[in-house]
Amino acid sequence: MNEPAITEDLIAAHGMKPDEYQRLLEVIGREPTFTELGIFSAMWNEHCSYKSSKKWLRTLPTKGPQVICGPGENAGVVDIGEGLAVVFKMESHNHPSYIEPYQGAGTGMGGILRDVFTMGARPVAAMNALSFGRPEHPRTRSLVHGVVAGIGGYGNAFGVPTVGGEVRFDAAYDGNCLVNAFAAGIARADAIFYSAASGVGMPVVYLGAKTGRDGVGGATMASAEFDDSIEDKRPTVQVGDPFTEKCLMEACLELMASGAVISIQDMGAAGLTCSAVEMGDKGDLGIKLELDRVPVREENMTAYEMMLSESQERMLMVLRPEKETEARAIFHKWDLDFAIVGETIPEDRFLVTLNGEVKADLPLKALSGTAPEYDRPWVPTPPPAPLGDLPEIDPMDGLRALLSSPNHAQKSWVWEQYDHMVMGDTARVPGRGAGVIRVHDTTRGLAFTSDVTPRYVVADPVQGGRQAVAEAYRNLVATGARPLATTDNMNFGNPEKPEIMGQFVGAIQGIGEACIALDMPIVSGNVSLYNETDGRGILPTPTIGAVGLIADLDDMIAGPASDGDLLLLLGGTGTHLGRSALLAEALGRAEGAPPPVDLAAERAHGDFVLAQKGHIRACTDISDGGLALAAFELAEAAGFGATLAPEGIAALFGEDQARYLIAAAPEAARALLRAAEAEGLEMDEVGSIGGKSFSMGAASAPMEDLTTLWRGTFPALFD
Amino acid sequence: MKAAVLVFPGSNCDRDLAVALKGAGAEVEMVWHKDTALPRGIDLVAVPGGFSFGDYLRCGAIAANSPVIRSVVQHAQRGGYVLGVCNGFQVLTESGLLPGALMRNAGLRFVCREAALRTETSDSAFTRAYTAGAALRLPVAHHDGNYVADSETLTRLAAEDRVAFTYAEPVNGSMNDIAGILSENRRVLGMMPHPERAVDPVQGGVHGQALFRGLTAAFEAA
Repeated sequence: MNEPAITEDLIAAHGMKPDEYQRLLEVIGREPTFTELGIFSAMWNEHCSYKSSKKWLRTLPTKGPQVICGPGENAGVVDIGEGLAVVFKMESHNHPSYIEPYQGAGTGMGGILRDVFTMGARPVAAMNALSFGRPEHPRTRSLVHGVVAGIGGYGNAFGVPTVGGEVRFDAAYDGNCLVNAFAAGIARADAIFYSAASGVGMPVVYLGAKTGRDGVGGATMASAEFDDSIEDKRPTVQVGDPFTEKCLMEACLELMASGAVISIQDMGAAGLTCSAVEMGDKGDLGIKLELDRVPVREENMTAYEMMLSESQERMLMVLRPEKETEARAIFHKWDLDFAIVGETIPEDRFLVTLNGEVKADLPLKALSGTAPEYDRPWVPTPPPAPLGDLPEIDPMDGLRALLSSPNHAQKSWVWEQYDHMVMGDTARVPGRGAGVIRVHDTTRGLAFTSDVTPRYVVADPVQGGRQAVAEAYRNLVATGARPLATTDNMNFGNPEKPEIMGQFVGAIQGIGEACIALDMPIVSGNVSLYNETDGRGILPTPTIGAVGLIADLDDMIAGPASDGDLLLLLGGTGTHLGRSALLAEALGRAEGAPPPVDLAAERAHGDFVLAQKGHIRACTDISDGGLALAAFELAEAAGFGATLAPEGIAALFGEDQARYLIAAAPEAARALLRAAEAEGLEMDEVGSIGGKSFSMGAASAPMEDLTTLWRGTFPALFD
Repeated sequence: MKAAVLVFPGSNCDRDLAVALKGAGAEVEMVWHKDTALPRGIDLVAVPGGFSFGDYLRCGAIAANSPVIRSVVQHAQRGGYVLGVCNGFQVLTESGLLPGALMRNAGLRFVCREAALRTETSDSAFTRAYTAGAALRLPVAHHDGNYVADSETLTRLAAEDRVAFTYAEPVNGSMNDIAGILSENRRVLGMMPHPERAVDPVQGGVHGQALFRGLTAAFEAA
């Protein structure tokens, strides 16, 4: 078959800038073949090369005594004791989900689950952080339905419990929704599998589903902005098959246990290209691929298509040759393809042939090693103007505005579509801060949370970055878990705009500072740039996924609160209304500075809660909606009303950081107050749980009415 | 009691069911769907939840044609006990061991939550430790749990006291609120709710324990 000539248009269609093409010419010293151009464009696009973000990602703290493996592998690995490790990562599937919500979101789940079991871990928990446009925007409803069904359709069939996540709505996401999928798995700490190939002449084996034309060019698409031509991009979205993925996971875990695997890598973005180059590069070896041996499900596929296909549920592995028969039998048991498609070679070479014809012959190390790296110009985000005068707000009207906003209303409409109890180890279901699972066959628990407040980040990226980590820390602490480590999913607009790059740089700075202060190193992550439509960027959304450890589940702060429990506020009275949820939902205003984050106070208050958890019946952090919303949610979970003494909008709805609301029996509450005083921490008794009304000072409403409102918001908008 | 838990490709509650059975004192063997015979001396065959064969074609339809199912049907015909949970219930209706069918939920969406149920009969090895008429709460997690049967079947199920559990709140649109049914000889139970997800306080409820403990106790007594 004749391959197209390399023209300027073809180069541009591959998302390659003229100077990048010049670089390519210098690296290989000749004009590339069509297949080679495809391979380079896949390796050098933003999605695979992190060319705009690498410089800044390097500044993040990634080490700690608990870290077994930091960023750079398929997922991060963290020690959880008893010889076990938790393996986790978060990754975006934003562009595919906007184009084809069901498949886009489903394959996002598929990809992140593969990242986890590629490392030898059985996935045990998932989360999803979703950002949509305004509910009234014409596309939002179908996106919400499609994305939620897609996540459920994939995760439920695969059999991993979805225990947490976030759902937000803002006009800034009207043309570009965000779908960030998190997965965590458990493995033996001494049986983690990595991607670096080793040994010359070792068979390179293709595992899983067959290769089709789906997703060709997907990684390049994910690195472009959207415009009116988005419908044309639908063929670049992959189609998922959770059944095959479940079988692939079982087969891979069996294979790993058999000792047959030298190294293994899943085929995600840019499929065969990225996985083969990664294995060779990390192992300082070359790779030879014979594409005629690749299992295909369509006829007459070209080398270009096979190298760039993003067909799902596929793996590449370097095999111990003496184990071939055993390995083949395992894959046949699960009715999956197993084909030796190449071998490792000693020289620095990536050689790809089809029917005996050389389709690509490239220096392998150069493919990743010489990828462009940019120090993009950036400007710091200017400090926001101070918050102006606010009109009088009745506290109950304020609370009602929050409860009837889909941003703060109950989200069971979403998480009841996800199986959150499969595997039988779910100790805390979604909807109440962090989700918790038991580590199977142990008394340990793992807590999971995902957090970011984009309306803070856009106003002050540094404080917003800190706050995302601090809120994740508090959500873990509120279950009684010691925060362990973090994964970051950085969703931003076009990095070629200095103000967008400035948001990225600021957020990274804030995240890094908070991760150091709170001892939650970043062990994995993902960057999604160019989240823009027709030149308008999303709110900067650095989603933080975090994991905490509960050494004994008997010590989990389980809740709910009981009738007569006292409410204690740790961290002082609320004062800060800038960028608050109340401002956004009750007044439609996005003004002022976000609350500053005092990391030392965060640490001190978190340590206090963990040290005193034996006295605490229920606990929640104070974030969106301040004390009022936190108290409402604690009371609702308990099935009672509550009385709050503080009056004044700032005290009730201020979003000052480093604060927790605690419910404790009266005697335990007195012990907590004494302990706080002894440590010099500010803790105040602010009310109690009980009755059938929710009262804030003089304002009072029947709990039942508020609960109906809170529960009814999502169904009213989306049923 | 010796129990066999079947494993199909796509089963994902097989381990959970085995854990619950072992927790109640049963001896458990996992049996691969391509096996043509059950292990010797099996008292109970447990068909787990999940998405056998991806729920492709129709939930449970492909699994019902797996080699091992022929042995399960023979086991049932000999008077052996069979428990099918969720996808397992779908496999049992597809294989003809129980009447009726499980259709898409009335709300058309997957539903996962704890649901209020009622035990309708205590006259079976599965429900002997429950009180007929008593309320219980068990998790549900399914997309196709809407029980449908012709009116003659529904009349017979009621007349013969073969409805084991009903929903006490709207869940999926099932006829007569049916959540679980027994075979004519009362030795085959299919149910959509997951008793294996409610056997340990960590899971947030223990109302499923009585089913497994009742079963093992029935065999110890026998």
